[in-house]
Amino acid sequence: MTAIQTAARPESAQKVLSLYRQLLRQGNNFASYNFREYAKRRTRDAFRENRNVEDERKIQELVQQGLKDLQLLKRQTVISQFYQQDRLIIEGGLSGKDKGGKGGTMRQHEQGWD
Amino acid sequence: MPVGLQLGYTMLTPNALSLDVLSNATKMDEGQRPIYLDMQATTPLDPRVLDAMLPFYTGFYGNPHSRTHAYGWESEKAVEDAREHIAALVGADPKEIIFTSGATESNNMSIKGVARFFGRGGKKKHIITTQTEHKCVLDSCRHLQDEGYEITYLPVNNNGLVDLEKLKEAIRPDTMLVSIMAVNNEIGVIQPIAEIGKLCRENKVFFHTDAAQAVGKIPMDVNAMNIDLMSISAHKIYGPKGIGACYVRRRPRVRLDPIISGGGQERGLRSGTLAPALAVGFGEACRIAKKEMEYDSKRVRALSERLLNGLLSMEHTSQNGDRNHFYPGCVNVSFAYVEGESLLMALKDIALSSGSACTSASLEPSYVLRALGNSDESAHSSIRFGIGRFTTEAEIDYVLKAVTERVGFLRELSPLWELVQEGIDLNTIEWSQH
Repeated sequence: MTAIQTAARPESAQKVLSLYRQLLRQGNNFASYNFREYAKRRTRDAFRENRNVEDERKIQELVQQGLKDLQLLKRQTVISQFYQQDRLIIEGGLSGKDKGGKGGTMRQHEQGWD
Repeated sequence: MPVGLQLGYTMLTPNALSLDVLSNATKMDEGQRPIYLDMQATTPLDPRVLDAMLPFYTGFYGNPHSRTHAYGWESEKAVEDAREHIAALVGADPKEIIFTSGATESNNMSIKGVARFFGRGGKKKHIITTQTEHKCVLDSCRHLQDEGYEITYLPVNNNGLVDLEKLKEAIRPDTMLVSIMAVNNEIGVIQPIAEIGKLCRENKVFFHTDAAQAVGKIPMDVNAMNIDLMSISAHKIYGPKGIGACYVRRRPRVRLDPIISGGGQERGLRSGTLAPALAVGFGEACRIAKKEMEYDSKRVRALSERLLNGLLSMEHTSQNGDRNHFYPGCVNVSFAYVEGESLLMALKDIALSSGSACTSASLEPSYVLRALGNSDESAHSSIRFGIGRFTTEAEIDYVLKAVTERVGFLRELSPLWELVQEGIDLNTIEWSQH
């Protein structure tokens, strides 16, 4: 889950920004709270870490890695949604309720322990 | 009720999933599942690792030892790549990595293997280990004792570290093996492995270390640390359960008597068909651990400090083990005047343990904490918090709040706590005899 952000060329900066948004959006689809939070945090930190990369080849490398990670996220988030568990006790605010609004994770009702 | 529901998950086809999601989009329950803070017992499987493993559960099913067709070759290639990743993580040569079923088997293989090979000559009969080792090391040693070997169980200082002077004195001319774990599974202390390795090499004694809790979390280098045998486990580093590895040094060569005989796989030390999917997952977990070690340890340290500062700011709490030499992902804290099991019951919404998972079924206080010189009460009232790659700040804050509230509540119930609040030292009380 590594990638970069650069302003070397306007169109490539656009591309990188779009990759960043896609990674964040895809990572948000993990049904498991811990994986979801990790995917978002790791994406953000990786882009921040590589924000000042200037070398064109290195940028290409990182973008390629980012695209690979995006494919991985697409596969793994689907798997994560197939085999869901109960929500963690701390998810969805104090009451633990998720109203299924924008950004909320889709879940089934009949599942989990007891 | 479908089986899936009893197991705690639902299995749906893609079509059914989308339909169910639509009809249940707003029917969502409050969270019930506990927070996982027992990373020393095991860690969740990283989705990146699962992604590497899945092809070997679907298309690539060849036997990696089949030499006559492409199915075998592709599996073998994947297994050998995985071996390289594992070797790179610990600074070894891929040929020195032997796949096993886990760290317990690696420990058994190393200790019994060396003992039986060198015990045959009858010259060397002595093994040194410590009192705070994992049960599987201690039990292997006990087993060897029955076979006529002599074992020294070194005591540790009250910070959990081995005294190098005592180790030096314990080495005898007939000592063949020293086995000391790198990171303790209960209190997280990091032993001075490099110094112990140097001491063993000088005395021409083989050095085995159980590094199940250390590899992938702290930098380990088998050559710099003079390690001859090392046990590694996959499921402690976000890999799959059911596989581990044993590092066996080739130069100078460590000779072992294999426990499992058969087709001669893994240099004849561990016969039996490898599980390519597990091996690939293990390799990927090691690759990620190496790449992410800096990032992960920074994060684990930050979370650990947040947790420790919060817990130790409560009165009558203390950390077990050396404060300067411990892996921050393992925080063991004693809460005085609270019974550990009742605290664990009160903390049902957090998955915690009072010690090793292997002994958590019994109510016996931890032998590791007793070896540090803790009283039985203190050993009973201690809890281990494990922090890992996927732990979040919100979880730590929830845990801090829950522990503070419930320890306070349990202490309010305790008459001993009332006496302590009145300023009476419990040790000075003369209880009336009946």
